[in-house]
Amino acid sequence: MHTNDWLQLGLFIGLLAALTKPIGIYLTKVLDADGRTWLDPVLRPLEQFTYRLMGVDAAKEHGWKAYTFALLLFTAAGVLFTYAILRLQHLLPLNPQGLPALNPALAFNTAVSFSTNTNWQSYSGESTMSYFSQMVALTIHNFTSAAVGISIAAALVRGIARQSAATVGNFWVDMIRSTYYLLLPICLVFAVFLVSQGMIQNFKPYDTAKLVEAITVPVGTLDATGKPSTEPQTITDQTIPQGPMASQVAIKMLGTNGGGFTNANAAHPFENPTPLSNFMQMLAIFAIGSGLTWYLGKTTKNQAHGWSVWAVMMILFVTGVVTCWWAEAQGNPIHQALGVAACDGNMEGKELRFGIFDSSLFATVTTAASCGAVNSMHDSFTPIGGLVPLFMIELGEVVIGGVGAGLYGMLVFVVLAVFIAGLMVGRTPEYLGKKIQAFDVKMAMLALLVLTASILGFSAWAAVSRWGQAGLNNAGPHGFSEILYAYSSCTGNNGSAFAGLTANPPNGDSHYNITLGLAMLIGRFLMIIPIMALAGSLVKKNIAPPGAGTFRVAGATFAILLLGTVLLVGALNFLPALALGPIVEHFLMHNGRLY
Amino acid sequence: MKIIISQLRPAVISTLVLAVVCCGIYPLAVTGIAKLASANKADGSLIVDKHGVIIGSSLLGQNFSGEGYFHPRPSAAGASGYDPINSGGSNFGPTSQKLADSIKERVSAYRISNGLAPNQPVPADAVTASGSGLDPHISLANAVLQVARVAKARSLPPENVSELIAANTDSASLGLLGVAGVNVLKLNLSLDALSAGALP
Repeated sequence: MHTNDWLQLGLFIGLLAALTKPIGIYLTKVLDADGRTWLDPVLRPLEQFTYRLMGVDAAKEHGWKAYTFALLLFTAAGVLFTYAILRLQHLLPLNPQGLPALNPALAFNTAVSFSTNTNWQSYSGESTMSYFSQMVALTIHNFTSAAVGISIAAALVRGIARQSAATVGNFWVDMIRSTYYLLLPICLVFAVFLVSQGMIQNFKPYDTAKLVEAITVPVGTLDATGKPSTEPQTITDQTIPQGPMASQVAIKMLGTNGGGFTNANAAHPFENPTPLSNFMQMLAIFAIGSGLTWYLGKTTKNQAHGWSVWAVMMILFVTGVVTCWWAEAQGNPIHQALGVAACDGNMEGKELRFGIFDSSLFATVTTAASCGAVNSMHDSFTPIGGLVPLFMIELGEVVIGGVGAGLYGMLVFVVLAVFIAGLMVGRTPEYLGKKIQAFDVKMAMLALLVLTASILGFSAWAAVSRWGQAGLNNAGPHGFSEILYAYSSCTGNNGSAFAGLTANPPNGDSHYNITLGLAMLIGRFLMIIPIMALAGSLVKKNIAPPGAGTFRVAGATFAILLLGTVLLVGALNFLPALALGPIVEHFLMHNGRLY
Repeated sequence: MKIIISQLRPAVISTLVLAVVCCGIYPLAVTGIAKLASANKADGSLIVDKHGVIIGSSLLGQNFSGEGYFHPRPSAAGASGYDPINSGGSNFGPTSQKLADSIKERVSAYRISNGLAPNQPVPADAVTASGSGLDPHISLANAVLQVARVAKARSLPPENVSELIAANTDSASLGLLGVAGVNVLKLNLSLDALSAGALP
């Protein structure tokens, strides 16, 4: 834990804090149908033209039911669009490697995964996806699923801020404006920056390099009698994958999608060439989510509330980063006993250019937000180092969180915190002047319970099933962690993995692809619907002026209460499962137990 | 039913329009600008020899096992390692028997090939697989421990080899971010240039 690393952490949080207000201001303009931005001369005509083609009246707002319905229909259209492209990949253009179509279960899993902003990948990009599939079938969801998340957050914030109203906005307007004014322009600049760091962006076929030193390695094969054996094989070439990567990676980060162009994701030297590209990618993951807390404060006319929510997020974030970083810097006593230098920490699955700190920081950022890109292999982290990303996901990704999703997830906790405060002092709970009643608390609880049930239910099923255990890469408690991480990641729409798990086995067993796909749908939509209902219920209420007994939703008391609510719910729900995975493994590792 | 029909058109049309804007115009614009601004990088930072043959990418590691070359980190990418079609890590956890066995074997091989004492600690990067399996770098400590072997195999003064390490080190971005590392492929290529192509 070097001084340099503390400086990097300080720089990261400092820059994030500095970006929060400017992005928040810009968001208030983007999320206002009549808002003016300096991009209007270029984008306004495109926006108007799009509405005309769609037959949408931008001035007309909708109630929560129509808003939710439009959102669901739009997502359904996108899933079908992507499923069709993946199934027809072999017939479509921009496929210089001649890659075949995906099987139905994998195409379903992938279409659902990208449309729910999860970007769980049961496949490996460079050997599965054509350039057309990457650029169109997958990238479109990188934009739209992010825009949908921002739209829902805006609808919920309007529900809180408006008084005795009926409508929460127009979904089509929110979605199109978020894409055109916010995501596209930033991505254009960001993608060009990424290329300047060494990221690829082209449409040429894969290159073949002639190795500097031909190498002979034993490669496992099956001999004539079908027994496994090893044969020496001389390798003289290296195939270098190519493709339009930078344009996809820019939105992969900014939209907290996380789906890698390559299998190694942001650990791949093409997909994350330098520590600077790594730093900017982490900042991009947090940028919009952080700005949305300012948008919350501005729209509800209570800036202290917005910053208090941000502060709670940062406390959880810094605690996570430091814990993960400490565990990884300590390294693995088993390996150190074998002669590995203790001062180097745990380098298995990590890239040298990122080292211990940037790998731990990235792992925490990507799971605090629902991004899921990885620059190191979480499966090979120490037990406590791996517990941090897993727990971040299980808290509901409310620490900055996915674009939009983080804010609406945190607001569910705010409603609960206010409810608990109301119970403690014996008053009707109020949130920013609005009475929180039985229906609101029911919706908030529903959103939380659905996630827990999906994570624990599916994990339990997989853990006791033959198909579940067949996919494991590690035995003992770590194998259970692989399963728990998979369902946490998919339900939380994160998409990162303890990647040793084989979810798309060569024998075609589709249990993982389908159950993980269902977990993603449950985690996304069974959360969105209660939240939209909450928005619809709140928007109708009138705002009571603050009095002497009003519970202030800003400052230290509120922050501690919110922090406690998040941690208590997270701990009560998941501690037993975590005890069977990473926690017991931590003690076993220190006793030198191997599996 | 009425609401389905009224919202169906915007759902389908917006998907198509966004496909054209975000998946057509946007990536093509990025490709165009990238070609103008940094064509070599956009094409994969390829290294070409004097005959015009591609011999690698400065960003991707390659396998080396000869005595006269610096050795990269172990790689889990593909059966042979450093196969960019199969990028990825070992994904073995901290209590994996297989991982512990591999590390034990690598530590002993590293000590023997570089003439280390039997109890001398070995740099972690020398015996662990990277996340991508394509890591182009090794740590400075790892490179320094390999100097004697490489210099002997090539009959070069160790100082000359050490100078090449410094010349092929990628320092931390902005002097602050990340970890400095030695680019193995570039280092080995400059070694070959120094030995005028005569391999040991």
